[in-house]
Amino acid sequence: MSEPISTGAEWTFELIEEYHAEIADIAEEFKLDTYPNQIELITAEQMLDAYASIGMPIGYSHWSFGKHFIRNEQQYRRGHMGLAYEIVINSNPCIAYLMEENTMMMQALVIAHACFGHNSFFKGNYLFQAWTDAEAIIDYLVFAKRYISDCEERYGIDEVENLLDSCHALQNHGVDRYKRPNPVSMREEKERLKEREAYLQSQVNDLWLKTVPQKEAAEEDTTQPNFPQEPQENILYFIEKNAPLLEPWQREVVRIVRKIGQYFYPQRQTQVMNEGWACFWHYHIMNALYDRGRVTEGFILEFLQSHTNVVAQPEFDSQHFSGINPYALGYAMMTDIKRICVDPDEEDRTWFPDIAGSNWQETLDFAMRNFKDESFVSQFLSPRLIREFKLFSILDDEQLTELEVTSIHNDAGYQYIRQALSNQYNLSMNEPNIQVYNVDTRGDRTLTLRHVPHKDIPLAKNREEVLKHLRRLWGFGVKLETLDAEGKVKSTDECAA
Amino acid sequence: MAQLIDRRPNAKNKSTVNRQRFLRRYKKQIKKAISEQISERSITNIDGGESVSIPTRDISEPTFRNDKGGVREGVYPGNKEFAQGDKIKRPLNQGQEKGRRASDSGEGEDEFAFEISKDEYLDMLFDDLELPNLKKNQLRKMTKSKTVRAGFTNDGVPTNINIVRSLRSALSRRVAMGAEPRRVLHELEAELEVLEQEVGGDEAKRLALQEEIEVLRGRIRRIPFIDTFDLRFNNFVQRPEPTSQAVMFCLMDVSGSMDQETKDIAKRFYILLYLFLTRSYRDVDVVYIRHHTQAKEVDEEEFFYSRETGGTIVSSALEMTRDIIAQRYPPTDWNIYAAQASDGDNWNDDSPVCEQILAKQLLPQLRYYAYVEITKRDHQGLWDHYSRLLESNDNFAMQHIRQYEDIYPVFREFFRKQTQ
Repeated sequence: MSEPISTGAEWTFELIEEYHAEIADIAEEFKLDTYPNQIELITAEQMLDAYASIGMPIGYSHWSFGKHFIRNEQQYRRGHMGLAYEIVINSNPCIAYLMEENTMMMQALVIAHACFGHNSFFKGNYLFQAWTDAEAIIDYLVFAKRYISDCEERYGIDEVENLLDSCHALQNHGVDRYKRPNPVSMREEKERLKEREAYLQSQVNDLWLKTVPQKEAAEEDTTQPNFPQEPQENILYFIEKNAPLLEPWQREVVRIVRKIGQYFYPQRQTQVMNEGWACFWHYHIMNALYDRGRVTEGFILEFLQSHTNVVAQPEFDSQHFSGINPYALGYAMMTDIKRICVDPDEEDRTWFPDIAGSNWQETLDFAMRNFKDESFVSQFLSPRLIREFKLFSILDDEQLTELEVTSIHNDAGYQYIRQALSNQYNLSMNEPNIQVYNVDTRGDRTLTLRHVPHKDIPLAKNREEVLKHLRRLWGFGVKLETLDAEGKVKSTDECAA
Repeated sequence: MAQLIDRRPNAKNKSTVNRQRFLRRYKKQIKKAISEQISERSITNIDGGESVSIPTRDISEPTFRNDKGGVREGVYPGNKEFAQGDKIKRPLNQGQEKGRRASDSGEGEDEFAFEISKDEYLDMLFDDLELPNLKKNQLRKMTKSKTVRAGFTNDGVPTNINIVRSLRSALSRRVAMGAEPRRVLHELEAELEVLEQEVGGDEAKRLALQEEIEVLRGRIRRIPFIDTFDLRFNNFVQRPEPTSQAVMFCLMDVSGSMDQETKDIAKRFYILLYLFLTRSYRDVDVVYIRHHTQAKEVDEEEFFYSRETGGTIVSSALEMTRDIIAQRYPPTDWNIYAAQASDGDNWNDDSPVCEQILAKQLLPQLRYYAYVEITKRDHQGLWDHYSRLLESNDNFAMQHIRQYEDIYPVFREFFRKQTQ
């Protein structure tokens, strides 16, 4: 039996290194494939800083980050908010921030959770592989920060700030949901910058030049195709490529906001899986540490208490309830998959014939690599878990005075609940579906967007504010048409030129 | 192996830039909030930071979002008594929950409240204000001098000898002066050695050489270890420094006609002035002079709170100011500011005297003299006589305050940035 690495609550750099080495050894046994780790120790204040810039170590300056910082700082000072124990960044090497206030146990837990759990998820999951480039992100952020501060120097803070405001308003609509983007890197960006500026400008000019003259042609050709030919879901991309009046540097700023939004998109799609995966592994790694005799009983008890808090799921009528806890659901599902592999019962064999009794490490690895929250839930949520969580689904139709319980945790309901929960994690069902529909290329250049409501869910009132931002980017009038169930235009919001 | 980096020491306030951007963008709203508060806030804590709240709608970041309504289906944990097909009344607290979620994204709350530091508070408070005539008086301000190091010299007093430099130049002098004799010495020594090797060499020549060597050794020995020529002294020069000390005279009428409210207004005004001066000067002395028919120098407590009755002779306070300046605050060393608060009452024959004292004796010595009249009645003699000073003295200003709300605007009026 070997000696525990430490016995006290205080951490030191040497101890962190020792724990990291031991944990790395365990992770290797579990065949976790990770980027190299870069662990940074920071103060609570620095954690607040990192919060404000959505965890990015290097962000460009903008007042909205200041606003978030002030808000977080206040809540933290007044004790309304605890801080995360760690922030981890999808980069290579994988950067993890550890707070200095943490005890030695917490630091070890965070190393297991972030430096090996999240890290291996970033490296393995197909969405991250396809959409983000961990090698390049830090470089790109450095580039973005410099570029924007250069622009501020050249064109004035106000000008840049207004542009960024408008871009931020549309950042959620600056994502390619289906097309794979090219990875970014700073060197390439710089080299291509000049070229791209010139090219983009010429493209735009081309579009408008063709459309300006030829009056007769316009009159006879009333059935001319829409521009764009097909509706575009990536509004910011459309702006970057087609807005007639933007200067080259403005296009580049639009691009930066778009790229950063795109970079975060996979994280929003894999929250349950990512946290579940990390919790599953920190649990196994910490227990392995204990089994090897490298940590004390006090240590493991402190860990279990913290772990239990993290993966607790309050019930819907509890005052602590704020939706389904992704840590709880993710951890439970990962653990359940292991159980199905190792110790399946009859029900599991019926529901999961292909994984019941298989090698659990391989199955989990497969699940981690090839799914996102939506598909993960619809593939792996077992009847047993539905019973454990006592899940039920509720239909809330505005037209009716009462809510309806559509299914509960029984034989008839499993399939239904699984689908409903999966839909809940489908971002494209939860974010308004708005696409660029048409540009009046022959008339006053009005840009028309179309909103297709999902299940009659309306857009929030502030859409008019967003339209004003869009107008600023587009340079001419913009319209937002809302369609009804038959696909006809139901209502129109307009922001004139 | 992981790379372990301790980030704690560096770049603590990465968000400071963003915070400043936020303050910059909402300067207008913050200033508005501050000037609304200044008339209400208690006097004692004016030195601290400030909590500011601005309307949330101004700082929202709009995005396309789904509103409530339509058809939604949600999955919840913890079913107890529901069965499929149950109908439930729409719970009332649903709206509440929505509200909470909305406020997380920065909307839904009416006010966004946050703290700003004392410095930021003062910056906002005194933004666009400046001390009057500061530029014109800049030269006159350069009255104090400070001793600063200015390299080394070849002469000076023994206390200023710089030992390292002196010994260094002594060493180089010794090397330089000894170079030639040492070279000759080496030659002779070599010659002597050759001579001694030869069997039956020239004895006389050997002796001559030895003698010559001795002479040279003596010469080298006699090079002085240190010479007056070597000495280096630390050099100091006097450099004129702008004085960073100011004195502020607070003059107040405490005759029977001044009630506590009027004094309160005056006090707030003085505090603003004091804060404003501390932004420009490191040390600010305050002299409190109160007067009815006689003037008296008092401490702060007595100045604001003791009650007196009787008539009013303003000139008594002006004379006292003049005398205190002469005794304790020579204008060459001090930047002198004076502020007088009064309800405008004065013994009629005294007002011309006041005008005279100010014009001839006080104003030439002062940076600025501000007179505030706190009254709801019409102006009296003192106001008229003071008005005449405005023409010829640009370091004299007067304003009229009726109520609390006027203090801040009047203060701004006094110290508005002059466009030149």
